Order: sequence, then structure tokens, then C-alpha cells
Amino acid sequence: MSRAALLVLADGRFPAGGHAHSGGAEPAVTQGRIRNADDLAAFCRGRLHTAGLTAAALAAAAAHGLDPLALDEAADARTPSPALRATARKLGRQMMRAARATWPSPELDALATARPRGAHQPVVLGLTARAAGLKSEDAAHWVAYETVSGPATAVVRLLSLDPFHATAVLARLAPELDDVAAQAAEAARRGIDALPAASAPLLDITAEAHAAWPVRLFAS
Amino acid sequence: MSVRATARLRAEPDGRGGTALPVLESDGPLALRRTRSPLPGHARATVVGAMSAPLNGDRLTIEAEVADGAHLTVDAAAATVALPGARADGEPSTYAVHLRVGEGAALRWLPEQLVSAHGSDLRQSTRVELAPTARLLLREEQILGRHGEPTGALTTRLTVHRGGRPLLDQQLAYGPGAPGGWDGPAVLGGHRAVGQLLLADPSFEDAPLPARLFGPTAALTPLAGPAVLVTAVAADARLLRAVLNEAMRELLDGLKADHRQEVR
Repeated sequence: MSRAALLVLADGRFPAGGHAHSGGAEPAVTQGRIRNADDLAAFCRGRLHTAGLTAAALAAAAAHGLDPLALDEAADARTPSPALRATARKLGRQMMRAARATWPSPELDALATARPRGAHQPVVLGLTARAAGLKSEDAAHWVAYETVSGPATAVVRLLSLDPFHATAVLARLAPELDDVAAQAAEAARRGIDALPAASAPLLDITAEAHAAWPVRLFAS
Repeated sequence: MSVRATARLRAEPDGRGGTALPVLESDGPLALRRTRSPLPGHARATVVGAMSAPLNGDRLTIEAEVADGAHLTVDAAAATVALPGARADGEPSTYAVHLRVGEGAALRWLPEQLVSAHGSDLRQSTRVELAPTARLLLREEQILGRHGEPTGALTTRLTVHRGGRPLLDQQLAYGPGAPGGWDGPAVLGGHRAVGQLLLADPSFEDAPLPARLFGPTAALTPLAGPAVLVTAVAADARLLRAVLNEAMRELLDGLKADHRQEVR
């Protein structure tokens, strides 16, 4: 395995389209639920341990070699919001394009053929990690980090929050990111029935409201 | 002393257009009573709490099976209050619900609220197996703390399969010991009542409903399979129930208005 491959994959400049998404932070800012760095930390922590853990485990499971189509179905069942399912598939499609150009693999080709409109992003990410020779825990780390870095970056723009403060929020979450990645990888080793389904009611509810806004800065 | 109890019920067509309850077994704190159903063709059973439960360490299970073509409503006489029990170091309590709904059968599973009292520690799980043509209306409500008290520890999991494939899988964790951020702006935002209303109906296969909001903290969302889920958070149990009732009325009226067979 190559540690550098994980850096390439997790680099914010990796062309997978994540920068256009706030991970639910935009409606939270608009509704006054995120006003400062402390609120951002609480938001990121909540997202990490719910949607983040669930997505990280799906990615770890795909990297571990579980059936990607069964995982895609499991992801659907864990995503009641159609707006969030559409986002996950759109990001999955973008990730698939970047992945097939960087780490081509027959498994990625097969998933792209079976899900031409995009599979859930964590599943694609897991297969990408596998193609890059990374471990399932690496895939889980990537997803866990993406779960919090997306909202942090978005809140810098939405609130004009000091970028140093936003980065400090992420740094303080590092031990919890490690925990979540380890939990996700452990669940993946135990099989698809052991995958967590942790969910966040407000993220599901506000995703639908946000998708209906006529004007918004972020796609989700 | 902690309690282990398993209550069972089974509904079958009675051969005369109605539904019989050949199995209705109460156990420990879980007392089941046959009650009169206002819906034609439906059997109805009501869970009547026979003693206060669950206390920490109790293990409660309800198993309900609705055979092919049967119609069953299950409700409750009162809210379920998870309580700490006598020993401070007690094990968590568990409350498992297993539901099976057969071909052409319908189940309305409408218990009262689950209240997590301060000091309690409950793991609740609901597992539903639906046949492809089964219909289900299911409501779950979690109330975090009795009036003015902090919540206990509560985890819930709702897993629904239809024809053996996953339809919905949701896990919620609140209170002491829950992972951080559960009360924060991504998860509850300070709300103390959380609810889910699930309506699974094969007619949604051809005519899925669009997503729709019920105020700022409740949304109706079509699932990837033929079902809709209403997710709501509210300040308290009364406000939560009002939103879920509004959504339920609208959903059931919508099914009628579309000249589909009524969910009976």
C-alpha cells in the first residue's frame, strides 16, 4: 500500500467535485444553527458520528471487497432523503470519472456499467481505494475527513469565518476521525449486516428544504 | 430483578372477510388486549402496560406476524417510559420489536411515545420483514426526558426489508454515552422529540410521491423503494404528534383520493 496514494485521493484538488457541497452546513447557517466556530465544531462532530460513520463504513466495506451493488442498495436504505441520494450519486459519478483516469480497475469499470448514472459516492470511493492499493481503513479515513472538511470549508465562505479557526476545528476532531474510521473498518470486516446506519434527522430534513431553494451557494 | 419477556401475536384471515388473532400472548410487563377496530376487516390489539418497564437490565421483545391477506392494527394504551431501575450500575435494557407482514397483508403499528427518563439506558430495535405486496404504516416517537429533566441514554434502530431487500435502515443515538454532537446543529439542534412515520405501499412503485416539507423541522421523503418516510423533530411530544398526525392524514387521504385501495 502507498500512503502517498491516500494523499492524492484525499487532496482537496483531486477532481471529484466535493467543493460544491456544504454537507448541510448552508441551511444550518441560514437557519442560525451555525453562527461561529463552536457551532461549526458541534455540527461537524454530529455529522461525523452519524452520516459520516455510515458513509465511512460503506466505503470501508467496498474497499474490503464486499459486493458494491449490495452496498449501493444498503446506501439507498440509509439515505431516506431523495436530495441526498441524488447528491451521493452525482458525487459518485464524478468520483468514478476521476478514479478510472487515475487508478483504472475492472471493478470500477463493472460498477460504472451497472450504475451508469452514478453509484453512491462512498461505494465508488471504496473501490477506488481498493484499486489504488489502499486498505479499507484508509477509505474510511478519507470519507470521515470529507464529512467534516466539506462543511468547514463551506462555513468559511458562508460566515466569513476565519480559516484558521475552521482548520483548528478540524484538527481538534482528528482523534474522533481516527475512532470513526476504526469503527467503520471493523464493521466492514464483520460483513454487510454489521454496517452501521447512524443518521441525523436534521440533516435529512434540511437537505430537502435546501434542494428547493431557488438560489443557493452550494449544491447540497 | 430484571425482567425477560416476549409477547407474541399473529393475525390471520378468518375466512369471512375479517382477521382473527389466533395468537395473543402477553408476557411480564407486556400485556396484549384485543380491542375493537374502527376499520372494517381489521383486527386490533392494544399493548397495555402491566407494570412499569423497561427498567435498566430488562429484556423485552414483541413479535407480531400478519399472515398473507390479514389486516392488523397494533396500538398502545400509554407511552412507554424507560426508567433507571434499582441499581445504578445496571445493564442497559433492550426492547426488540420483530414484525412480519405477508403478501396482501396490512399492518398499522402505532405505539405511543417512547420516553427516555433521566438515568435510563435503553437499546430499542424494530425489525420489519415485508412481503413485496405487504402494506405498512408505522410510527415511532422518541421523547428525550420527561418534562423538564435531562434525557437518559437511548439508541434506536429501525430496519425494514421488503422482499428480502433493504428498504430503510436508521439508527439514532442520544443522551449520556452517545457519540458527540447528537444534540448539536446537525442532528437535533436542541429539539427533544424525534419521530418517524413510515408508509410502505406497493402502489408507490408506479406513482411515487414527491418530497414535501411540513414546516421547518419535518419532511416527507420518498425512499428508493415504494415507501415514504416522514422525519420530524420538535420541541416536545405534543408538537411532534401534531406534525405526524397531519402527515398521516394527508398520506392516507392521498391514497384514497388516488382511487387506490385504502390502507385498511
